[in-house]
Amino acid sequence: MNNKDSMFARAMPLLFGVLFLIGLVAPFAVYPTFLMKILCFGLFACAFNLLLGFAGLLSFGHAAFLGSAGYVCGMLVRDVGVTPEVGIIGGTLAAGALGWVVGVLAIRRTGIYFAMITLALSQMVYFVVLQWKATGGEDGLQGVPRGHLFGVIDLSNNIAMYYLVFAVFCIGFFIIYRAIHSPFGQILKAIRENEPRAVSLGYDVARFKLLAFVLSAALAGMAGATKTLVFQLASLTDVHWHMSGEVVLMTLLGGLGTVLGPLVGAATIVSLQTELADSVGSWVTVIMGVIFVICVLLFRRGIVGELQALIQRAGIR
Amino acid sequence: MEIFGVPSALLGSQLLVGLINGSFYAILSLGLAIIFGLLNIINFTHGAQYMMGAFVAWIALNKLGINYWVALLFAPIVIGALGVVIERTMLRKLYKLDHLYGLLLTFGLALIFEGIFRDQYGISGQSYPVPELLQGGVNLGFMFLPIYRGWVVVAALTVCFATWFIIEKTKLGAYLRAGTENPQIVQALGINVPLLITFTYGFGVALAAFAGVLAAPIYQVSPLMGSNLIIVVFAVVVIGGMGSIMGSILTGIGLGLIEGLTRVFYPEASAVVVFVIMVIVLLVRPAGLFGKA
Repeated sequence: MNNKDSMFARAMPLLFGVLFLIGLVAPFAVYPTFLMKILCFGLFACAFNLLLGFAGLLSFGHAAFLGSAGYVCGMLVRDVGVTPEVGIIGGTLAAGALGWVVGVLAIRRTGIYFAMITLALSQMVYFVVLQWKATGGEDGLQGVPRGHLFGVIDLSNNIAMYYLVFAVFCIGFFIIYRAIHSPFGQILKAIRENEPRAVSLGYDVARFKLLAFVLSAALAGMAGATKTLVFQLASLTDVHWHMSGEVVLMTLLGGLGTVLGPLVGAATIVSLQTELADSVGSWVTVIMGVIFVICVLLFRRGIVGELQALIQRAGIR
Repeated sequence: MEIFGVPSALLGSQLLVGLINGSFYAILSLGLAIIFGLLNIINFTHGAQYMMGAFVAWIALNKLGINYWVALLFAPIVIGALGVVIERTMLRKLYKLDHLYGLLLTFGLALIFEGIFRDQYGISGQSYPVPELLQGGVNLGFMFLPIYRGWVVVAALTVCFATWFIIEKTKLGAYLRAGTENPQIVQALGINVPLLITFTYGFGVALAAFAGVLAAPIYQVSPLMGSNLIIVVFAVVVIGGMGSIMGSILTGIGLGLIEGLTRVFYPEASAVVVFVIMVIVLLVRPAGLFGKA
């Protein structure tokens, strides 16, 4: 087991290096907007996975963080007139603060109640966004300018915008990777596996859960804020519970509790939605539902999880 | 006549709407609580099953000429049977796993059902006529009471209390409560627990479909009618706790009434008042009003 772990550990930097290079050259081969969408949702799913995959907490309200950060970023950039990087930071902080409020309430219960509380609170956020004039109600926040990064680099150029998104993704991914592979991440895993035991070992479980929740919310917000700049729009779909379900699906399909799974899942779902949108129209929801059911019944390890298992089995032979 | 500066007719009619919503919350949270008790699964499909109950009634009326009264029985049977199939073929495989997988599976099913109906009927609602016998209304002096709305409250509460009676006072209910407490021992005593589980899921789902038929003449029959409702019902369940049948009923009705009052005195908050109460309850009594800590 130790031997195999170290094999993985040695292969990981190489894999990340290759992926990083692919990420650098990708916009010259593939439509950048499509890539940016994948990276935004990939970061969103990675942030979600930090909570479900490593702390074992199923939040069914993560759309609230994605969406509210998007709105905050949009309002900052469009109505206050700050530069894009300030907008992203502002959105991230706002989502983190909201995450703290939701987290404080939700961690008072566990398991299924936790999921229901996060869902209900995110629905509350949805209604606030819907009714508040500043967020544009049904229309959402339209015409958000991309602006100039640091006041210098013009982001209306898609390639420039792509590299900003890529940088944001890498920063977010690095933070998550560090968090998982730190003592903090180990404690989260301990809580996931056996909470009473973690308590009896003297860990302040509630505090660690809350910290994980805030971190996850803030990073989901970072994804949402960036997404608003890419599409120049913050819309109600970003705060709707369907979005909360979608990020669960991405994470589940890619591989729960794996480092790269959420990105793979996000890429798969986004590609699928893009491909299917024209051909099947409203059946997309049905297809998402079917994938959900298949994942839960037959494919619980997800794409990356299955691949890892395959490699491990090959390693044994 | 005015009460707190509000015309009594307005207050009365909003309280009636609140009572109706509360009755739906009660039936739906009751079904969720029964299913959760035995299956340890939160049935996310509940909203979709409520919606399908309404649609079955609508289709039965328009395509098969089946009237409201028959539909009131017919729709719960159809949707309950569908529930039995879901339990037998899918949910059953998840009992040994983390409870969250049940939530995720039923969420996926909800997407499927909602998507199918949205493809067939669009998002605009279909209207279902009020049955002839229950048309019109009576003037109570302080307000006007449409007969159908009165009937909905009476029917919903009757079903709620009948369910409470079955669970608390009959032998079948005793099996069910025992199975909730400790399925292994109940099985060892010679009771067919898997059958009991299937029956329970079918029954809980049938309750949702029954509520759907009741709702059909009041609200538009639309594919999205269930999904928005079910999230509020989740909050209701968190507030009440799922430990007690009577607790679910009382919490549901109480919250419906509070929502109605909010609509009179501060309409902007009516959509979120249940969630706000949930926050307060979580802060003061995290286990829920009727829950065990």
